[in-house]
Amino acid sequence: MQLGPLDYFVWSVGFLLEAYVVVCLAVHRDTFRYFSLNLYMLAAALVTLGHYLTFHTYGYSSMQYRYFYYYSESLLIVLIYFTVMELYQHVFREMKVSRYIRGTAALLLIATAFFSYAVVRQNKDHLTSRFVVELGQNLYFVGVVLTYLLWGAVLKLRETRTRLIQLILALGVYFSATAGTYALRNLFPGLQESFLRWVPPLIGTWLPLAWAYTFSKVPEDARLATARLLARAR
Amino acid sequence: MIAALIFVFSIATFLQFFIWHCRSILASSRRVELSDRVREVTGVQDGSFGAEDFSRLLQLVRLCPERGDDQGEIRAVGTYYSLLDVFGRLARPAIPRVAAWTERERVNCSYFAAVALDRRISYSRDLFTQQIADRL
Repeated sequence: MQLGPLDYFVWSVGFLLEAYVVVCLAVHRDTFRYFSLNLYMLAAALVTLGHYLTFHTYGYSSMQYRYFYYYSESLLIVLIYFTVMELYQHVFREMKVSRYIRGTAALLLIATAFFSYAVVRQNKDHLTSRFVVELGQNLYFVGVVLTYLLWGAVLKLRETRTRLIQLILALGVYFSATAGTYALRNLFPGLQESFLRWVPPLIGTWLPLAWAYTFSKVPEDARLATARLLARAR
Repeated sequence: MIAALIFVFSIATFLQFFIWHCRSILASSRRVELSDRVREVTGVQDGSFGAEDFSRLLQLVRLCPERGDDQGEIRAVGTYYSLLDVFGRLARPAIPRVAAWTERERVNCSYFAAVALDRRISYSRDLFTQQIADRL
């Protein structure tokens, strides 16, 4: 399979935005304040570069590319999971419950991996690759639920830090779009070569784009009343 | 079955998170007071823009030199406005309350575009002043 100019464009934009977030955090001396987020963006940039190199060396249809794609994806899911936990810690900072958050996160991660393994164990053909897809779908879905709960906590605690609010909402968009894409891939495997070929790279650029915007445009001390975001139709 | 449930739930949460994210961008612009310059340029003296003004304001924004740091948010709000437009048209005959809500949101989008225009006008004036100063 040959890549077109648009493929290369999306690839380059994704890599540049991820690198930009890392640099932006370093410039604003926020690297350690958002350590997991920074680590995730750094890993995402390296993975994007790795995808490009593996694609050019072995080709799109090769097993090497496929394995690299799915395993790096799994690694990124675990790292983004730690990012969610970091955002939890920011929201619950004053309640001093970091220990419990870390414990719950580790338990959830293990439970989801075990559940995915149990589901795939029933289908023993192509066990490894199926496990990775199943694990991806389930972990992203747990991510959606966790982000939704986090957003609930933000509203309940009347959190006003604009930066934190935008980071969480961008993450929610990313998780739900990716979980939806994985689920669609499971439901209609035939879409993989057409529609679903374009969706993941585009969703992949959303998160670094939204976070780059937040870190470069929204100051740490900016405040926003969350009630304004929830005004409903009357 | 599980995949179908995950898909439905994900689409519902995706729409909610996307709307809240766009509103968080819009909310920061609501607190900005518009300058007389932008009121003059747009011909709206009291600063109360209508939902339909968005496209016109966006055209004016595009006429100004790019600042380079506002493209992302303009594009995000543009997408949000288009979604609201479609959603409003669909809801108008059946659910007037939702249609009224989309109308209010589109007004907020117009205000956001006016703030973006204001910033770009200030930026072009600064550029112009700088060029004059360099020549002297």
